[in-house]
Amino acid sequence: MSARKSASAVATGLLVAAIVLPVYWAVISSFTPESRLFAAPALVPRDLVLDHYRALFRDRDFWTPIRNSLVVAGTTTLLSVALGAACAYALARLRFRAKSAVLAFVLAVSMFPQISVVAPLYLLLRSLHLLNTYPGLVLPYLTFAMPLTIWLLVGFFRQLPPDLEHAALVDGAGRLRTLWEIVLPLSWPGLATTAILTFLYSWNEFLFALSFTLGPERYTVPVAITLFRGQYQVPWGQVLAAAVVATIPVALLVFLAQRRIVAGLTAGAVTG
Amino acid sequence: MASIALRAVHKRYPNGQVAVRDVTLDIADGELLVLVGPSGSGKSTVLRLLAGLESPTAGRVYLDGVDVTAAPPQQRDLAMVFQTYALYPHKTVRDNLAFGLRVRGVDRREREERVQRTAAALSIETLLDRKPAQLSGGQRQRVALGRAIVREPRAFLLDEPLSNLDPLLRVATRAELALLHRRLGATMVYVTHDQEEAMTLGTRIAVMRDGQIEQVDPPLAVYHQPSNAFVARFVGAPTMNLWTCRCQDGGASIRLTSPAFTLDLDWARGAMPEAGMLVAGIRPHDVEVANVDASDARGRVAIVEPLGATTVLHVSVHGLPELVRLLVGSEGRIEVGAEVGIRLRRDRMHLFDEQTGRRIEAGV
Repeated sequence: MSARKSASAVATGLLVAAIVLPVYWAVISSFTPESRLFAAPALVPRDLVLDHYRALFRDRDFWTPIRNSLVVAGTTTLLSVALGAACAYALARLRFRAKSAVLAFVLAVSMFPQISVVAPLYLLLRSLHLLNTYPGLVLPYLTFAMPLTIWLLVGFFRQLPPDLEHAALVDGAGRLRTLWEIVLPLSWPGLATTAILTFLYSWNEFLFALSFTLGPERYTVPVAITLFRGQYQVPWGQVLAAAVVATIPVALLVFLAQRRIVAGLTAGAVTG
Repeated sequence: MASIALRAVHKRYPNGQVAVRDVTLDIADGELLVLVGPSGSGKSTVLRLLAGLESPTAGRVYLDGVDVTAAPPQQRDLAMVFQTYALYPHKTVRDNLAFGLRVRGVDRREREERVQRTAAALSIETLLDRKPAQLSGGQRQRVALGRAIVREPRAFLLDEPLSNLDPLLRVATRAELALLHRRLGATMVYVTHDQEEAMTLGTRIAVMRDGQIEQVDPPLAVYHQPSNAFVARFVGAPTMNLWTCRCQDGGASIRLTSPAFTLDLDWARGAMPEAGMLVAGIRPHDVEVANVDASDARGRVAIVEPLGATTVLHVSVHGLPELVRLLVGSEGRIEVGAEVGIRLRRDRMHLFDEQTGRRIEAGV
């Protein structure tokens, strides 16, 4: 028993180390002077400097890609959750013809490899004059984010006790009002999960962002970081500093949403 | 307040299951109609059809003579109490009560006044700021009832509202519901599988089986003149004794023959089913313990169930597949294994056609 316990403790420790160590290293390295970056790695850093961060924001204007990413990922998340919730509710609760076909089709849309749709999307966005604009990124992102949102939320809505919605309908509320006042407040965990995943996806997305933006004024964070590399050298210190900065909004979002993701929100609604 | 009518309503689910067959029912203004039946008999579906949560495959639904078949629930102005209560878990009791008023655009002052008044009537004023999760089962049940009352709807639909309460609370709440119905004078449709609840509450009860209504009558009429063998067995506790008998026309009377007894019923003369077979029924309190010599049949006591004021005996009679149930006073001392004679009160016998199950009336 104790042997098994200690074995599992070791396994857990190794797993945590495998996940945390690279992050730790990246953070440490981002504070390490350029000259010592490629010296023998030390777990305990010696002198920490803010050189890379200063270079990032002063020399490179890293604020612009951050702003772009926030706008694009934020808008995508908002639209995806708002529209996706309405779609998902209809698919979860309303009765209409070919519902499962619609669900399958929604999923099929997200099956295409991104690379296969880049060229057609590029042409489409060009003719719509949306290249190098925020909508030019948000719209393509939605095509991938919505199926995820819809599928997650359909599953979530179906778990809610249907009597709650029936009670609201009999009480005199229409479907939309029921969705807004009863279903959505009870679906916080599902909405938060969906929002996080959508935000993560849009925040990290690279291929579309690289293809549909034309200049630094519209680069998103991943594109900007990639284009740090010069012809002869890669400024690793700055790349790592940028990566750390890019992690902050995501970490913040997860942290905030986590408080909302608590089980038992529907406790007391129905007996049992 | 409103009268409700169902005309030839049929409900078939997409999976082919037929929940309601050709139900026609008139519910008068101010009536408390109880829909009772075993589970799966379609009684809850009828309620949901009335509420508008389901739409019928065929037939029409009328409220005060107006066809509402196509109207969604929010346009019918009915209130429903769910078996699960279905309180909004994220809203306080106050907001639960006020929700229906708010969506109907009742102004704030009147809303608060009505919530206050309803809460007082149900003695839940002290719970107004709690969430449903902080309430006991009985309290939730009251809030669910309050949410219906506060709206002052045209009619109340209650779907097994007492089935999640413990027995003591259930009987107390049942009495309160009866008082409430009298006080409000409201039309109520009440669904239950409990025949005792149906008998005690209903101004009329509708017994359902397999999606059909078997009988609609005042409780005692259903009890005394069950329209078929199913209703006879379903209503009344302990359950009615039913035996398949051969019958012969004896002119002045008909003669019933079963493996255990032979009876001549003079009141039933001329009431012969074509096949010559019928089902004879008698309620346990119409069966008496008699001297073995003067009895219709004899048997051995298999089970003794003292209920307090009365005792139920289950007697094993040779030739009858089921134990015979009879009620005796609790003062008698009859032990398991005792040999007893039983006597059936001729005038209290119920006869049903063996083929159709339909009640056979005397002197037809």
